[in-house]
Amino acid sequence: MRSQNTMINLCFYFQVHQPKRLRKYTVFDIGKSHFYEDDEVNRSIMQKVANKCYLPANNVMLQLIKQYEGRFKISYSITGMAIEQFKRFSPETLDSFKRLADTGCVEFINETYNHSLCFLFSKDEFVNQLRLHKEMVQKEFGQTPCTFRNTELIYNNDVASAAEDLGYSVILAEGADKILGWRSPNFVYQPQSCQKIRLLLRNYKLSDDIAFRFSNREWNEFPLTTEKYASWIHSHAGSGEVINFFMDYETFGEHQWADTGIFEFLNALPASLLNHPDFCFTTPSEIRDKLSPVAKLDVPEFISWADIERDLTAWKGNSMQDDALETLYSLRETVYKKGDPNLLAAWRFLQTSDYFYYMCTKWFADGDVHKYFNPYKTPYEAYINFQNVLADFILTLEQ
Amino acid sequence: MLILCGIIMKILMFGWEFPPYISGGLGIVCYELTKALVNKGHEITLVLPAIKGKVDPNLHVTLVSGSQMTIDALPEPVRSEIKKEVMRQLEIKRIDSPLRPYITQKEYSELPIKIADLESEYLTKTQDLHRSFELVFSGDYGPDLISEVTRYSILASIFAKIPHDVIHIHDWLTVMAGIKAKQISGRPLVYHVHSLEFDRSGENMNREIYNIEKLGMELADKIIPVSYYTKELIIKYYGIHPDKIEAVHNAVKKEEVAPSCESSVSELKRDKIVLFLGRITFQKGPDYFVEAAAKVLQKRKNVRFVMAGSGDMAPRMIERVAQLKIGRYFHFTGFLRGSDVEKIYAQSDVYVMPSVSEPFGISPLEAMRYNVPVIISNQSGVAEILKHALTVDFWDIDDIANKIIALLDHNALRNEMVTRASEELKNFQWDKAAEKVADIYNEITKHND
Repeated sequence: MRSQNTMINLCFYFQVHQPKRLRKYTVFDIGKSHFYEDDEVNRSIMQKVANKCYLPANNVMLQLIKQYEGRFKISYSITGMAIEQFKRFSPETLDSFKRLADTGCVEFINETYNHSLCFLFSKDEFVNQLRLHKEMVQKEFGQTPCTFRNTELIYNNDVASAAEDLGYSVILAEGADKILGWRSPNFVYQPQSCQKIRLLLRNYKLSDDIAFRFSNREWNEFPLTTEKYASWIHSHAGSGEVINFFMDYETFGEHQWADTGIFEFLNALPASLLNHPDFCFTTPSEIRDKLSPVAKLDVPEFISWADIERDLTAWKGNSMQDDALETLYSLRETVYKKGDPNLLAAWRFLQTSDYFYYMCTKWFADGDVHKYFNPYKTPYEAYINFQNVLADFILTLEQ
Repeated sequence: MLILCGIIMKILMFGWEFPPYISGGLGIVCYELTKALVNKGHEITLVLPAIKGKVDPNLHVTLVSGSQMTIDALPEPVRSEIKKEVMRQLEIKRIDSPLRPYITQKEYSELPIKIADLESEYLTKTQDLHRSFELVFSGDYGPDLISEVTRYSILASIFAKIPHDVIHIHDWLTVMAGIKAKQISGRPLVYHVHSLEFDRSGENMNREIYNIEKLGMELADKIIPVSYYTKELIIKYYGIHPDKIEAVHNAVKKEEVAPSCESSVSELKRDKIVLFLGRITFQKGPDYFVEAAAKVLQKRKNVRFVMAGSGDMAPRMIERVAQLKIGRYFHFTGFLRGSDVEKIYAQSDVYVMPSVSEPFGISPLEAMRYNVPVIISNQSGVAEILKHALTVDFWDIDDIANKIIALLDHNALRNEMVTRASEELKNFQWDKAAEKVADIYNEITKHND
């Protein structure tokens, strides 16, 4: 048997999130209607994505886990917004995630309950949302998470310190060139300011080969077969200890449709990868016991996994985003003081980062991705609608 | 600067307005397009109708329905440029005719000058002209607009003897002239569509005008609408094959505007100003602006609405405003000219173009040059190219009001839109539009030879 040291750990983590779409809310609704969600749209999107992605993908994962008897492992982070909508619109999806949890081969990762930017605005709220999410994971999946990923992989030294203080043993981030320089993302690092917590970095090239490029006919590697993909991964044998594949779960069946062959690819992947004796599947928390950091990594500036810039400009920085975010977070004390659970929940769901993403105006480089995910015709409409909702929320709060 | 590229074309162009005699966007478009084409080395003979002699000095206003602009309305650098500039390769020929772009049959019949008045003058002209003229006048037609268009075409056909590679016409008034010229010279015909009878009149189309437009489209070698929006209308309502239609969007003048705010602080300025500027006609949707204003005023009182322009729907709009009891917040300026136009743009906080059907819509681009955020109708060509504008369906007055209020309330929104829009304006260059038009000339002359 080979020693653990020569093995390369393959760490697959999938992000599961669905924002609650706001209904068309005009200035004439302010003070009259306190219902902000578009139930019809949310129902139809959730059911569509469940049918195209969550149910078939979970099915493939469950089969693979059974087939490989403990050698195939994966991890998920599922937001509170997604879980709440599973319960309302697609309970069978939640059940199928529970069945995955029961296998013991699936780790559930902790994040902000509302998929929010709260770390940037309020440390209290950050701690609260992590606790809410942890409780939800415990209740739904019977696990106590010890791995943390911040919304959209937003990360810097301070995020790492906060996570360490809260007792997490592993944290995830983007393997951005600007933080790594000449270094490889395929090792475990230690955040500059921390003593215990391990930092795992996304291998964006190998992750995006599946998430973005898989069905792109312009790509010179098209079509991507499992053999070809496995050969790229196997070429890392002897150099590196862990390869982190982080991507949206909606990649399977929703971003890459079933007719692209993505499910067949997924189904055949473990066999191809395990074909080489130096490779094994791992979950983030197992890394803690298996591997030690090779070096410290200093990340003073915020990074994320979004856009080419890998920074925060998808969600904040333009005047509309900043205005909306500052107004929303300025309500923190009032909302806390009132202690009304309904108001608290509403304030939190309005923190969902997607609403600020829709207001992004830097279309020029990343327009395509933004447009795909944006239900509004323009960022201006997104802002107007959000501000109308927020105005009503403030009125309600002041009553 | 002369930039030579590709084949030099001799263009015989028929227009109906040109600076300094302009009443709408088309005069500016025609001016900018010809300038850009000439800059590329092409040679243009532009044939225009023109009123001479007995015309009353006040005629310009009464003649032109809801006219928006005169030469004085243009910003200063352009104004002097037009006055000074003699384009080397642009020769302008004028034909005596009271034709005006937005004239209606009713207005035509009320004109102080009539064909009969002009007749004696024409008859003294060249023998050629005399002969053609007799042809027309031998028919039994009354003094109506359609006959005037026909007469113009016969007069214009004289210019078909000027050597040219391609014929370029603008809108229905020049269709007959273009067809005539094509019959004579056999050169390919380009029909530039700036508006359709469908835009101007909706379902109540004038059949004769529609027929002229359709005939022009059928006989043209290529149709250039100013938007995809108009292209779709041509396909749908005129039954023309899409391959024959190539949209070329209008552009915007490069000149920077220095809004002269300091001199223009008026009484109104204590409140925010929401502006409608255009002909007060069915096509421009003034009624939706009035209804949206009433909606806004239910929620906000620190706002004034200004309707600038004139047109056949003005009396109805005034009545409606009175009926809604919003007169103290709603102002009709009448037809604005010169620096008043600049001032009203510079003072405005929101510009609204609720057009029912707008082939392009150059006025939002003008407003943007004065750093005014704009709300534009989805039923417009300009909505296809503007990213940093709010769009509405013209009939959705709740949405129009909602967006007006948002712009009044949120500086963050205004700032973002205005900053981005001023960047965006730089993309819309006449050079690029002229390039596309020149490519079309090349394509159709190739087939022709």
